[in-house]
Amino acid sequence: MPAGHHRLNPCRRKPMSKNFDNDLISRLYRKIRLIRRMEEVVAEIYPSDKIKSPVHLSIGQEAISVAFCDPLRRQDVVSMTYRGHAAFLAKGGSPSGMMAELYGKRDGVAHGIAGSMHLVDMDNGILGASAVVGTTIPVAVGYAMAIKMRGEDRVVVCFLGDGATEEGVFPESLNFAALHGLPILFVCENNGLAIHSPLSNRWAQPDLCRRVEGYGVETHRFEDMDTIVLRAWAAERIEAIRTGASEGPIFAECPTYRWLQHVGPNDDHDQDYRDAGEAAHWRGKDEVARLGDALAPDMRSAIDEEVEAIIAEAVAYAESSPFPQPGELNVGAYA
Amino acid sequence: MTAYKEAVRLGIARAMRADDDVFLFGLDVDDHLGIQGTTLGLAEEFGAKRCFGTPLSEDAMTGVAIGAAMAGMRPIHTHIRMDFLLLCMNQLVNIAAKAHYMFGGQVTVPMVARGIIGKSWGQGAQHSQGLHSLFMHIPGLHVVAPATPQDAMTCMMASVADNNPVVFVEHRLLYNREGPVDISAGASTIGKGRVCREGGDVTIVGISNMLHDALKAAALLEQANVSAEVIDPIWLAPLDMDLITRSVEKTGRLIVADAAWTACGASAEIVAAVAERVPGVQVARIGFAPTPCPTTPSLEKAFYPDAVTICVAAMRLAVPEASIPPFAAMAEDMQQDPVFKGPF
Repeated sequence: MPAGHHRLNPCRRKPMSKNFDNDLISRLYRKIRLIRRMEEVVAEIYPSDKIKSPVHLSIGQEAISVAFCDPLRRQDVVSMTYRGHAAFLAKGGSPSGMMAELYGKRDGVAHGIAGSMHLVDMDNGILGASAVVGTTIPVAVGYAMAIKMRGEDRVVVCFLGDGATEEGVFPESLNFAALHGLPILFVCENNGLAIHSPLSNRWAQPDLCRRVEGYGVETHRFEDMDTIVLRAWAAERIEAIRTGASEGPIFAECPTYRWLQHVGPNDDHDQDYRDAGEAAHWRGKDEVARLGDALAPDMRSAIDEEVEAIIAEAVAYAESSPFPQPGELNVGAYA
Repeated sequence: MTAYKEAVRLGIARAMRADDDVFLFGLDVDDHLGIQGTTLGLAEEFGAKRCFGTPLSEDAMTGVAIGAAMAGMRPIHTHIRMDFLLLCMNQLVNIAAKAHYMFGGQVTVPMVARGIIGKSWGQGAQHSQGLHSLFMHIPGLHVVAPATPQDAMTCMMASVADNNPVVFVEHRLLYNREGPVDISAGASTIGKGRVCREGGDVTIVGISNMLHDALKAAALLEQANVSAEVIDPIWLAPLDMDLITRSVEKTGRLIVADAAWTACGASAEIVAAVAERVPGVQVARIGFAPTPCPTTPSLEKAFYPDAVTICVAAMRLAVPEASIPPFAAMAEDMQQDPVFKGPF
């Protein structure tokens, strides 16, 4: 069976049972709704050229970040990809600091130096992202090693894409993390595309988990992108790593789908490199709508209003923040 | 008197004693040979948690050093030859060098990457390269190439204490070279070079092992009535341009001798920076022949410059009308350079 077959699975998902913990669902919905709307607003603003940074939107993929960040503590650490808005916001990064960063403003999380592709927030346990695929994987492993050396009970969650598994540092990092039993959970967001290249052009052995297991790493492959299912598994495995009940590393492969173009604010299904039917399939089981539908309408609209207020504040913050002055160019080139 | 390799070891040990966050890792740092002696005994003194061997994986291990540094540790990553640093370029250039700036000052990357330039006994094309200029090109990296035992120790301490990533350039032929070491000395000052010998006719900057060829050349040139000032830049990034410029303003002539190729190299950078500051300066660059390094001794000898090469260049700059004295024969009477025999 070709890699990425999960995308061909029919959608059998039922509406969420009302028995689920309402607090959990409202918490997850608040996050996923914030991420979706932030990125929709970024896409709306983008044609104005106020956002002076390439943006790789995670629209359609948000559930994975939301599910895996929800069980984390503030002092736990995530490492994310350049498609990192979702992980940044899910881990507690500031929406205003992010928007100002995308605008290139001084009050951005990195004072306008980082832009979208290098978002960072160490106070909230968010390691800076890299535009060079896979580069952050060993950095996350090194952070996990420091945690273990110091005997702390923190955990690292390292998000990576399917393309990153093709970089040499991926197997090197798996081997080293397994050799030292490091407290790290690797989460592969498999959207089946490296820019425009499908897995069938890239993987001789489509069973990624089997490859990872070869390094002595526990793996789990999800068949679908269900926020509640992902979250329950993540909470259990993260706690196991934290308490030492299970030695890290652990690897999870999560199927997902990128709704928009690789970089930029638009849909590109007219470009003829992927199947419009897939898009309809994935849009039909949108996790933002599904979590929202599971809430009482008044609760949902209250959260929606709250989210819109946060985003409006973020945009206003970004608009009003000054640009750095040319004289600040050298600031921080050396520590 | 203390050998350079022992001074490197002392520098690491003192840095590790001073700060529990310092650790040393890399292939074979904990084996019975201890990277030609530079890491011997450290695993015993500091334990396997702070001195440990790694899988080869140079690329990922550099990322591991960076991640640990971001978490507050101070790793020293060791490579038995500098050529292996090419496997670390993405991590060093794209993350280590840029993280402090790119991430808005939220992180620092205090790590040291040690690389040893090989020479002689058939090191060949891939165990002999002096690649320091690749790192000098990158904002955010510091590069140091100590040439004496004293500097090896104090520069190691300074490199470990530096909050920037440092590429620490060693040279295999320096390892057995002995010199006085004041073991109570503190860390050296980053970016500070030294005038090793004063003179008035020509300035010779000797990088890494070439410092000793420069000193030998200065002694030979004295017999030809040419007075050479010899400078050890010690740090290649940042460069002590004030020191070098002051010397060239006095002599008007500059030779830079490097343990590397000249094209786009440290010698090219120093010559260009001096030319911008000192109008009319006469310059010469000395380095490897522009080929890969051959293994066979007959060609290896032609590949490397030496003190005689420097002497000839100095004569052409300082007294172009004079005939060249028989420097090679004169050099035979001088103390011979330390050598090593293989296989390492």
